Amino acid sequence: MSASVLIVCMGLMLLAAFTLGRGRSLSVRGEQRLNSLPYFYGMLTVMWSALPGVAMLGLWLIFDDNVIEYVAMQYLPADMRSVDDGERSLILNQIYNLAYDQGATLAPDYMVSAAQAVNRMESHSRWLMSVVVLSSMAIGAGLMWLRISPALKARERLEKWFRTGLQLCSMIAILTTIGILLSVLFESLRFFRQVPVTEFLFGLDWSPQGAFHADQASSGMRFGAIPLFAGTLMIAAIALVIAVPTGLMSAIYLSEYAPSKLRATVKPLIEILAGVPTVVYGFFAALTVAPFIRDLATSMGLDQWVAVSSESALAAGLVMGIMIIPFVSSLADDVINAVPQSLRDGSLGLGATQSETIKQVVIPAALPGIVGGVLLAASRAIGETMIVVMAAGLAANLTANPLDSVTTVTVQIVTLLVGDQEFDSPKTLAAFALGLMLFLVTLALNYLALHVVRKYREQYE
Amino acid sequence: MNKFDPQRTSALVEASLKRRYRAEARFKLYGVTSIGIALLALVVLFTDIISTGIGAFRQTYIQLDVHYDAEVLGISDARNEKQLMIANVDGVVKAAMRARFPEVSSRGDRRALYSLVSVGATFDLQDELKQQPDLLGQHKTYWLLADDDIDSYFKSVQAGESYAGRVSEKQIEWVDALRDSGDIKTRFNRRFFTSGDSAEPEMAGILGALVGSLLTLAVTLILSFPIGVAAAVYLEEYAPRNRLTDFIEVNINNLAAVPSVIFGLLGLAIFLNMFGMPRSIPLVGGLVLTLMTLPTIIISSRAAIKAVPPSIREAALGMGASKMQMIIHHVLPLAMPGMLTGAIIGMAQALGETAPLLMIGMVAFIVDVPGGVTDPSTVLPVQIFLWADSPERAFTERTSAAIMVLLGFLISMNALAVWLRRRLERRW
Repeated sequence: MSASVLIVCMGLMLLAAFTLGRGRSLSVRGEQRLNSLPYFYGMLTVMWSALPGVAMLGLWLIFDDNVIEYVAMQYLPADMRSVDDGERSLILNQIYNLAYDQGATLAPDYMVSAAQAVNRMESHSRWLMSVVVLSSMAIGAGLMWLRISPALKARERLEKWFRTGLQLCSMIAILTTIGILLSVLFESLRFFRQVPVTEFLFGLDWSPQGAFHADQASSGMRFGAIPLFAGTLMIAAIALVIAVPTGLMSAIYLSEYAPSKLRATVKPLIEILAGVPTVVYGFFAALTVAPFIRDLATSMGLDQWVAVSSESALAAGLVMGIMIIPFVSSLADDVINAVPQSLRDGSLGLGATQSETIKQVVIPAALPGIVGGVLLAASRAIGETMIVVMAAGLAANLTANPLDSVTTVTVQIVTLLVGDQEFDSPKTLAAFALGLMLFLVTLALNYLALHVVRKYREQYE
Repeated sequence: MNKFDPQRTSALVEASLKRRYRAEARFKLYGVTSIGIALLALVVLFTDIISTGIGAFRQTYIQLDVHYDAEVLGISDARNEKQLMIANVDGVVKAAMRARFPEVSSRGDRRALYSLVSVGATFDLQDELKQQPDLLGQHKTYWLLADDDIDSYFKSVQAGESYAGRVSEKQIEWVDALRDSGDIKTRFNRRFFTSGDSAEPEMAGILGALVGSLLTLAVTLILSFPIGVAAAVYLEEYAPRNRLTDFIEVNINNLAAVPSVIFGLLGLAIFLNMFGMPRSIPLVGGLVLTLMTLPTIIISSRAAIKAVPPSIREAALGMGASKMQMIIHHVLPLAMPGMLTGAIIGMAQALGETAPLLMIGMVAFIVDVPGGVTDPSTVLPVQIFLWADSPERAFTERTSAAIMVLLGFLISMNALAVWLRRRLERRW
C-alpha cells in the first residue's frame, strides 16, 4: 500500500469516526439532554482514532529498519553478530545488496538466507504497517464510541486535549535547544577524549586533514583552534567596523533629520539588503569584491610588504558588514524612536543644536539598546557562514593582515562535514567541538544583548 | 568678579555658533554618507549580479544540416529502442560539422571543430530520432546547442567586448564564418528553466533545484505554520506566568538568534545519525528549516494574537463560548493576516538558507528533477553555491542568473507579505 493511499485511508477513517461518534451521541441521547453539542462527541472520537494511528505510524517508521536489521543479523553465525558498529554496517550493506540482487554470486549461505529474510520482511512491512495503523485507529475510535453517553463531558475533554496539544507545540522550542546541546555536546566529548581540551583551545596549529602519512593513525592532524578564532574575530571586527557606524548614522539620520517621505522610500530599500540570501553575498564577495581588493592592493604595491591573497579577510568582512547594516540600523531605529520626545524638547529648548541633542541626550539615553544591538550584530557576524565559506578561504593562517586569506569556525564546520564522514575520526568530531564553541559564544552574546535591551526598556515604559 | 554679564555670554555664544553650525552640518553629512554607502552597496550588488547574469537567459545555437545516415548511426531500424540506445548520433553530428567545413582535415583541427557543438546536441538529436523514426536516412536542418566556450565567445562578440577565454584562433575563424553565413545565433535559453543540473554549463538548468526548493519549502510550511501558531496561541492565551513559561520564552528568543549552521549540526546528529534518515532529501531539509523558522513564526504570530483586542475575547466568552471556541472562532480568524505575513517572511528566510542544508548532504550533484519529498535533491541557494564553486567560466553567468531567479522569488514573497498586511490587517 503506497503512502498516499494510506493517507487517504486514514482520512476516510477519521471522517467515519466523526460521523459515527456524532451519530452515537444522538442515538444514546434518548430523553436526556446531551452534555455537549453532538459535534464535540464526533471530534472526541476523531481524537481517539487519530492519536493511536499517528503514534503507531511514527513508531513503525522509526523502528522498522532496526527490527529488520536485527532479524537479519540472527541468520549470521554467532561470531559475526558480536562485531563493532563499523563492521556491522558493512555486513548489513552486503546483505542489503544481496537482497536487492546486486552481485549475488559469491555469498555464503547464511548471507543469502539473511538477504531472503530481508526481502520477505520488506515486502510484508508496508502492508503490515497499513493494517496495524488502520486497525489501531478503528480500535481507538471503537473504544470511544462505546463510552459515549449523554453525561460524558465531551467538550471539557476536548478542551483539555486542545490545551495539551498547544502546550506540546510550544515545548518544541525547548526540545530544539536540548537537541542542539546534546548533539554538539556528545560528539564534542568524544572529540575531547581524543584531543585534549587545552590543545584545542590554545593550540596554534590547525590542520585537520593531517599530513601525508595515512598509515599512522591521526598522524599530523593538529587541532589547535586559535587560528580559527583569530580569523573569525578579525572578519567579525571588520564587519562591525563597517556596519556599526554606517547603520547607526543612517538610523539617526532617518529618524531625526529625514522628512517622512524620504524615510518611507529609503528605509525599505535598506531593508532589502537584509533580505538578500547570504549565498548571494558570498558570490558577490568572491567574484567581485575579492578580486577588486586584490588588484587594488597590488596596484598600490602592497604585495611587496605583505601577503596579498585572492581570498581575503577584508573582502569577506566588507561584504558581511554590508549585510549587517540593515540589522544594526533597524535595531538602532527602534531604540532611538523609544527615547521620549520630551528629552529632545528639553535639550533643544536649552539652546542645543540638533546634533548636540542627538550626541549628548538621545544617544546616551538609547545607549543600552544600541549596545544590545551591536552585541546581536556581533553574534550574527560570528555565526555567518556562507560569505566566509565562499570568500575567506580555507588556509588556517594566524595573521593580522586583512589582505591574507584566513579561515573561520563556521568555514571549518562546513568543510569538515560536507562530503563523506566517519563518526569516529577526530576530523568529523572536531566540527562538533567547533559547533559547541560557536553555540556557547553566540548564546552568551544573545543573552547579554537581550538582558541589556530589557533592562533599558524598563526605564522609559 | 565672575558676575553674570548677559552681553558677554551672548558674545561667547555668537562666537561659538559658527563652530557649532559647522559641527551640525558635518553630523548631517555623516548621516547622508552612511545612507549613501548602504544604497550604493545595494545598487552595486544588483547591477553586478544582473550584468553578469543577464547573458545566461540567451544561449548560442549553430545551424547545421544533419543527415541521419543509417551507416554512420550503425542502426537499421529507428523504431527499435535497443538499437536507438547504441546509435552513433555523435557521429552524425560530427559528419554534419565536417560537411559544413570540408577544408578542415588534420585530426587536431577536427577535434577543435567538433567541440564547437555541445554534447547536448547529440542527446537532442537522439530524442528527435526517437520521436520521428522516419527521419532515418533523411536530411534535416537544425539549430544545435553550442558549446559553453563558444557560447561565451559569441556573446562577447555580439556585445562588442574582447574575450580572453578558451577558444583557439581556428575556432574563432569558424565562428566568424558561421556568423557571415548567419548560421550562428542566440536564442532564449529554455533549457535553463527546464532541465536539472549538469556538468556541462550549456546544458545545466535550475529546474531540479527549483523543484527541490519548493518541496523543501512545502515540508517547512506544513510543519512550521501549524506548530508555530499552536505554540503562539498557547503562550498568549493559556500559559500561566511561571518558570516553565519563562523558560520557553527564553528558548524561543535565543533560538531566533542561533546561527543557522548550528541547525545543520542538529539535523546531521539527530535526523541523519540517530533516526537514520537518508541524506540529501527535501524531507530532512524541511525538518531542519522548520526548527529554524519556528521562532520567527511564533514571534510574529504572538504579535498578531496580541493585536486582537481583549473586548472581542470577552464578548465571545460572555456569549457562552468556551475558551477553545473563542480562540478558533474569533481570535484566530482575526489574527490570521498577521500570522500569514509572518509565515511568508519565515518562508522567505528558509528559501534563502544554505548552510544547514549543506550539512545534511543537499550538496550532491543531482541531475534528475526530484519527484517527491524523499527523492535526493538540491535547493536553489545550494545550487548557486555549487555553481559558484565550479571552475567552468560559463557557470559564473548561470550562477548570476540563478541568483536573479532566487531574488525574484524572494522579492515577490516579500511583496506578497506587504500586500497582505496592507490589504487584510485591521487596526483597532
